[in-house]
Amino acid sequence: MQIAVASGKGGTGKTTIATSLAQSLAGLANVRYVDCDVEAPNGHLFLKPEFTEITPAVIRIPQIQTEKCTACGRCVEVCEFHALAQVGKNILVFPQLCHGCGSCTWNCPENAIIEVPNPIGTIERGMAVEDIEFFRGLLTISEPMSTPIIRQLKKMMHPQPNTINIYDAPPGASCSVVETLRGVDFALLVTEPTPFGLHDLKQMLGILRDMNIPSGVVINRDGIGDDSLKDILRESNIPILLRVPFDRTLAENLAAGRTLVDVYPKYRDILRELYQKVTEIVGGKAK
Amino acid sequence: MKLIISAQNSSLESQVDRRFGRCAWLILFDTETHQWEAFENPGVSQSGGAGVAAAQFVVDKGAEVVLSGDFGPNASRAFQAANIGMQRFTDSTKTVQEAVNQFKYVK
Repeated sequence: MQIAVASGKGGTGKTTIATSLAQSLAGLANVRYVDCDVEAPNGHLFLKPEFTEITPAVIRIPQIQTEKCTACGRCVEVCEFHALAQVGKNILVFPQLCHGCGSCTWNCPENAIIEVPNPIGTIERGMAVEDIEFFRGLLTISEPMSTPIIRQLKKMMHPQPNTINIYDAPPGASCSVVETLRGVDFALLVTEPTPFGLHDLKQMLGILRDMNIPSGVVINRDGIGDDSLKDILRESNIPILLRVPFDRTLAENLAAGRTLVDVYPKYRDILRELYQKVTEIVGGKAK
Repeated sequence: MKLIISAQNSSLESQVDRRFGRCAWLILFDTETHQWEAFENPGVSQSGGAGVAAAQFVVDKGAEVVLSGDFGPNASRAFQAANIGMQRFTDSTKTVQEAVNQFKYVK
C-alpha cells in the first residue's frame, strides 16, 4: 500500500498524521515512512531515526565537449528549461535550471555532450522508533529543484507485500507534490477548517482528480474556523476520515518532539481504523 | 549602437519594465539611425529560465548594451560571456525614450 499524506496549505499537520499513522501501523505490517518534504524535512524530529545509509542525490547535467561541438545550437533549441544558451561559438550551461532530462544529449548531432553528476542533496535511510524504516530526501540549501530528489527517493520504494509506504508530502500544490503523489494508491489530505486550508485543499482535490487518485480528509484543529469545508467535501464526495480537535496540550507536546499517539495512545486504534477504511476505498488495487 | 530596453509596452512612450527576464517587451533601439522595433519577450511566458530565454534573444538580436532595472545571475552570466554591456535605469527613468536619452556609452 502506498499512501501519500498531503495538504496544500503548510502547517496543517501532515507530519503529525503521517508519523502517528506510521507508528500505529508498525505492528501490523512493515512500515516505511518517506519524508518527501526535501526542502524542510521534519519527520525525523518525531520518529528519531538513526541514519545508517546516506547517498548523494544527483541530477545529470550536460557538459559540452568543445572540441566536438560545432555550435549548431540544437541543444539550446531543444532545452525546455533554458538551461543552455549560445553565445557565438560557446554553449553556456546553467546547472540550476537543468532538470536533467537528457534532451540536449539525445539531440546533439555531434555527440558532443556528456552528462556529469551534479549533486543537489542527499537521500538518507535508517531505522526509527517501533522498527519503522525511515527514508528522507534532503535538498542542499541554495539548490532550487526538489523534484529530482523526490523522484530518486521514490525509485527506492519498490512496492512489496505486507509493506505500507507512507509518503509525507511537501506543502503546496506544485511539481514536488505531484511527484510525491505519482503512483500512490491513496492520498490522505490533512486540512484545517480555515479559509486558507480550504483554498489549498480545493487545489489538491483538482490535482487528485486529474491524477485519478482516491482521497480522504483529516480535519486537524477541528473546532476552529468555519463550516465551508464541509460543503466542499460533500460536493466532491470526499469522505472525512478523521477529526483531530484543536488542543493546546497536543500542540505543546508536538513542539517538544512527541507524536500524536505518544500523547494520546487512543489514536493508535483510531488510525488503524482509518487505515482499514483506506484499504476498503482502494480495494484490491493496492500496490 | 544597438540597445535593448525592457519595457511594459511596445512603444518609445511605454513605461520601462524594471524586471529583465519577465518584462513584457524588449525594445531594440539603434542610436545611430534612431530606428527602433519592439519584440515580445520570449522569456515572459516561460515557467522557468526566463532570464536566460530573454538574454538569448538579446544576444541573437546583436545588441551591444542592454538596459533594465536589474539583471539576475543567469542573464548576467550570459551577457558577460557575450560581452554585452548591462546598464541599470536610474530611479527617475520612466519611459523607454527617457532610458534612451539617459544612455551614455561607457566602454
